[in-house]
Amino acid sequence: MSWSAELAEALGRENVITDPARLRTYECDGLTGYRVQPAMVVLPRSAEQVAAAVRVCAGHGVPFVARGAGTGLSGGALPVADGIVISLQRLRRVVEVDPVNLRAVVEPGVTNLDISKAAAPYGLYYAPDPSSQQVCTIGGNVAENSGGAHCLKYGFTVNHVLAAEVVLADGTVTTLGGDSAQVPGYDLLGAFIGSEGTLGIVTKVTVRLLAKPAAVRTMVADFATVAGAGDAVTGIIAAGIVPAAVEMLDNLAIQAVAASTESVYTPDTVAALVVELDGPPDDVAEQFDEVQEICRQHGSTKIMLARDADHRALIWKGRKAAFAAVGRISPNYFVQDGVVPRGRLAEVLGRIAAMADDAGVRVANVFHAGDGNLHPLVLYSEAEGQHDRAERLSTQIAELCVELGGSLSGEHGIGADKACSMPRMFGEDDLATMLRLRTAFDPDGLCNPGKVFPTPRLCGERPGPYRPHPLEEAGVIERL
Amino acid sequence: MVLTPGGSGSFDAHHPPRRELLDDCVHCGFCLPSCPTYAVDGEEMDSPRGRIYLMDLAERGEIPLDRTIAGHIDSCLGCLACVTACPSGVQYDLLLEATRPQLERHVPRTRRERLVRRAIFAVFPYPARMRAAALFGVLYRRLGLRALAHRLGIVARLPAELRAAEDLLPPVPVRSLFRRPAPLVPAAGERRLRVAMLEGCAQRVLFGDVNAATARVLAAEGCEVVVPQGQRCCGALNLHAGLEDDAAARARRLIDTFEQAEADVVVVNVAGCGSSMKEYDRLLADDPAYADRAARFAASVRDVNELLAELEPRAPRHPVQAKVAYHDACHLANAQRIRTQPRDLLRAVPGIEVTDIPEADICCGSAGIYNLVQPATAEELGRRKAANIESAAPDVIATANAGCLLQVRRFLTADIPLVHPIEILDASIRGVPLEKARR
Repeated sequence: MSWSAELAEALGRENVITDPARLRTYECDGLTGYRVQPAMVVLPRSAEQVAAAVRVCAGHGVPFVARGAGTGLSGGALPVADGIVISLQRLRRVVEVDPVNLRAVVEPGVTNLDISKAAAPYGLYYAPDPSSQQVCTIGGNVAENSGGAHCLKYGFTVNHVLAAEVVLADGTVTTLGGDSAQVPGYDLLGAFIGSEGTLGIVTKVTVRLLAKPAAVRTMVADFATVAGAGDAVTGIIAAGIVPAAVEMLDNLAIQAVAASTESVYTPDTVAALVVELDGPPDDVAEQFDEVQEICRQHGSTKIMLARDADHRALIWKGRKAAFAAVGRISPNYFVQDGVVPRGRLAEVLGRIAAMADDAGVRVANVFHAGDGNLHPLVLYSEAEGQHDRAERLSTQIAELCVELGGSLSGEHGIGADKACSMPRMFGEDDLATMLRLRTAFDPDGLCNPGKVFPTPRLCGERPGPYRPHPLEEAGVIERL
Repeated sequence: MVLTPGGSGSFDAHHPPRRELLDDCVHCGFCLPSCPTYAVDGEEMDSPRGRIYLMDLAERGEIPLDRTIAGHIDSCLGCLACVTACPSGVQYDLLLEATRPQLERHVPRTRRERLVRRAIFAVFPYPARMRAAALFGVLYRRLGLRALAHRLGIVARLPAELRAAEDLLPPVPVRSLFRRPAPLVPAAGERRLRVAMLEGCAQRVLFGDVNAATARVLAAEGCEVVVPQGQRCCGALNLHAGLEDDAAARARRLIDTFEQAEADVVVVNVAGCGSSMKEYDRLLADDPAYADRAARFAASVRDVNELLAELEPRAPRHPVQAKVAYHDACHLANAQRIRTQPRDLLRAVPGIEVTDIPEADICCGSAGIYNLVQPATAEELGRRKAANIESAAPDVIATANAGCLLQVRRFLTADIPLVHPIEILDASIRGVPLEKARR
């Protein structure tokens, strides 16, 4: 029996998609620059069905790609042409909320925000909060080790997952991690989280829940220069304050937000910092004054304090919708994700501005300033033929972050997008070691192939950053 | 590659979905959790993002207009929750309204679909036929035929569409089927406005009480209420089903009728009708004889909640002790962006507590004729909505749309009264208990 017939039999015809038009809606995730139509999409209804699908793939050597909500920004869920996509959108049960042990067990298709909603009646919440938290799923968060505005204080997904039931590349179902906070032996759960779908598919996640902080205070501080805002961030951290979040928006980003929602930001400010503190009321009150003082010392032109929970929600709504809102001020854009040491924020922003001028395109900045995690948005117009220039600039920005002692990615992952830049950050030995770990889990390379590791795109091409293929140089072939 | 001569890709030249509107979608996926069909089956093609993707492919001529794409556009409820959720400002409402007529023109429907649609459009827009159907429904219940039909398993053997229709008919008293508001209700005290009221089609037959309450409340608040005689269907059902020409013809006739009333405002108490009437300017933009008149008419349309919120309350409110679950009708909340006004009006009544419903932004599955043509999805959404409402344990459920009232009532398991918010205001202004005001 062919593998496609086997899959249809194992999952039921109503849970597989083979029609070409339907398949095309799965050809990209949140990064639309890369599109590949898969051979089939399957929508399992249980962990057993996920395992059954993977077993069929393993038996026939068919590559598979797991997909959550398809909101990833590095092409992590980009399909493989002769492979299948395993959508986890039918595994959306909150299995259990355990307020005594402060944890919840959920299926991978549950959205990040729905975990907090399920925990809310107990005064609890799930801390990592990617800007797409209302859409993105916990399965995708585990794959990408997702962060968010509040990761400055609370850490990333890896700090909040206690255990994961996973389907390995051969179809074996196993549980990594455990109920207790510390499990002896190798930290396989740690290796799995952030592996971008290359080690297996998560089918159940036990997450840690936190008590909601007793007090939360939020402010927006305007600055006349980006450098001033950057220095204020450094000042706050240097004062020994650990805010729940420190976010920066530059003027272009603020314009985009103003065009999309009821904006609370000053329309003409050059830069704005959103600073949020949480914890015991007295500590928060004291540090909140201190933060305002630091902002003023660094030239803040105006400070707006959130009046109440609704006002705070508006501040965050604008910040979290900023990426998508950029669609209102530019026909096309790339979202970049890189990290620099916090002390070099002002410097890197200056250099990005200069590079944007050279390239003749605009760059908007909205990012997690507290941990130096930049999200430059390179705005361009496909219709005006700016695509290649913008893509080049976007890659240069990520590589600049590495040059300044930072990282290629803060939270969006390497995926298909940055695989070729990996050798900028890691040596051959590093990559070889990573590959050994990967092959220990997935010896045949069926699990989300083509992601994370630089792979040759043409026969005879060396992995790594782009160098023209000899046949390209000779004008025999063309790179599309 | 499929190309229609003179058109855009697979679409013909008559108002295809516009390229610049398709390009607004950045594929971020923020619409997914708001989409009822995506909530049900989690398939990309049945999400706003996936539907736009299909429209985009068709506009480029990369996929044909066939039953595949038609199925996914048909499955859309048109609730427009995605428009509210979208941070990039994608005008999915315009895309959907452009795509549906194209599919109606180019993708033949099955015999069964044709029959069901023909039956719906032969009954719903005609109050007299609607009344006959409702009367049959009343007798069917009263004479024990319903119980008999269920016991004999006849209902279970009916096609799903008919089964839905059978279950949706509400148990209304015969008397109320024939109740009509007076053609002119004078304003109490000094006249502030002259308003022309839409009676609706199913509305006037099944919810005559709501119309009566609307006229009373408006009069009490100083409005002279005129009910233009001979008014016919506004065409909302046709418009939302992609039957553009029929909708335009109905729009012209309604404008003719209402212009004669010479009112300051056209007031509507059905969310679906109101949202279509506010779109007449777009619908008739190509018609030189009507374009200007349609624009003036559309600008004068107000939902009754919207209008009352604009008027400083004049009539004293008497207490009504009730915890009210207010259910947002999609065509009010998303299409007309009226969310706070009905809640504020209810809260202004002493004794009323307005409570929130979990998953408030997910459609109840009524959506015009959707619960008749897509009964399976509608049923799942209806059950989900009813369970969510019941979880809030309200004394009363209020919603400002005839379709939602029918749909939610069908799936409620608890005996909770369902009313239009105007009925609560009416009871409060008259100082009578809610259950009495409705008689």
